[in-house]
Amino acid sequence: MISQWTCARAKGGTSKELALQFDGGPAFGDHKLLIIPALFDEANKLRRQTMLLMRELNAAGLASALPDFPGMNESLAPLSDQSLSQWRADAVMAAGQLGATHVLAIRGGALIAPVELPGWHYAPASGARLLRNMLRSRILSSKEAGREESTAQLGEIGRKDGIELAGWQFGAAMFGELQDADPVTSGQQTVIAQSDLGGAGLWLRAEAGEDMAQAKSLAALITDALAPDA
Amino acid sequence: MIEQSGTDAGADTGKDSSNETPKGAPEEMAINAEQRAAHEAAEIAAAKIDADLKQILCDVLGLDMDEVADFDEDTGLFGHLPELDSMAVAGLLTEMEDRLDIIIEDEDVDGEMLETYGGLLGFAQTKAAER
Repeated sequence: MISQWTCARAKGGTSKELALQFDGGPAFGDHKLLIIPALFDEANKLRRQTMLLMRELNAAGLASALPDFPGMNESLAPLSDQSLSQWRADAVMAAGQLGATHVLAIRGGALIAPVELPGWHYAPASGARLLRNMLRSRILSSKEAGREESTAQLGEIGRKDGIELAGWQFGAAMFGELQDADPVTSGQQTVIAQSDLGGAGLWLRAEAGEDMAQAKSLAALITDALAPDA
Repeated sequence: MIEQSGTDAGADTGKDSSNETPKGAPEEMAINAEQRAAHEAAEIAAAKIDADLKQILCDVLGLDMDEVADFDEDTGLFGHLPELDSMAVAGLLTEMEDRLDIIIEDEDVDGEMLETYGGLLGFAQTKAAER
């Protein structure tokens, strides 16, 4: 089911964002998993895999919700107006409105996941790591077009005025926060490493792919931990 | 060498010159053994980088090891494989840094190193040797 949730903006007003939701069954009672998706390019690479995971959770009887945040996916809000700290506040709001009891953050999603909710961080990535890839991508395409750019020079522009990297328009606030952002766990979240699932992380793929075995392993790790008799 | 050291040891006159030779010969042998060991270690390290790099390419290109195992020096990469766009190459380089424990600077990255498997492997081996 596709539903909407309402997001309050720092500058005032609200924005309506989409949330994809799957039902659960009686086995897990009121449990509901909030999924914070991977960010930017990795969001595209992992979108289909995230869907497979939600279908697996649904088949096992666990409800889940995957919200868009302003500037992501189907959102009409410009990405350049967003920041990590704003997204963190948004994630708390989404958890409340969508009735989530647990959270699963995927890759860069771990940078904005609510620390108040118990749950999991799957292959969490630092902001610096995400930026490094996108900066490299920009430097490579510029080089192909005959322009020389450097990480240091682009970093300066990004921090001061914001910057477009690999098709993503970052404001100065988002760029600055990404440089220093590390996934934060409060002791209520468990890290699931890629090696726990087997195979290679799908965010590495040049072209988006999917892996049913990995989706099943990740779903099983979560439902086993939440099973009433566990 | 062994014969010579035996002869000198047999002389055993206590002269300085005869004492030096028996000492020198085993040392030289030790150096040769060391060189051989270093050479073997370098070969093993080079083979490991080759295997690691092929695994990274499998993960990035979504291929099986069987398909990547045939990659040779002249196998074309950037500019030859349509799925290897600048974002994918960026991911590939970052993954190489993590798994091969190397640091890749902006100025290291050029068309030549990315164009063929041989170019990329040579680059990785040079970088790894600097660690």
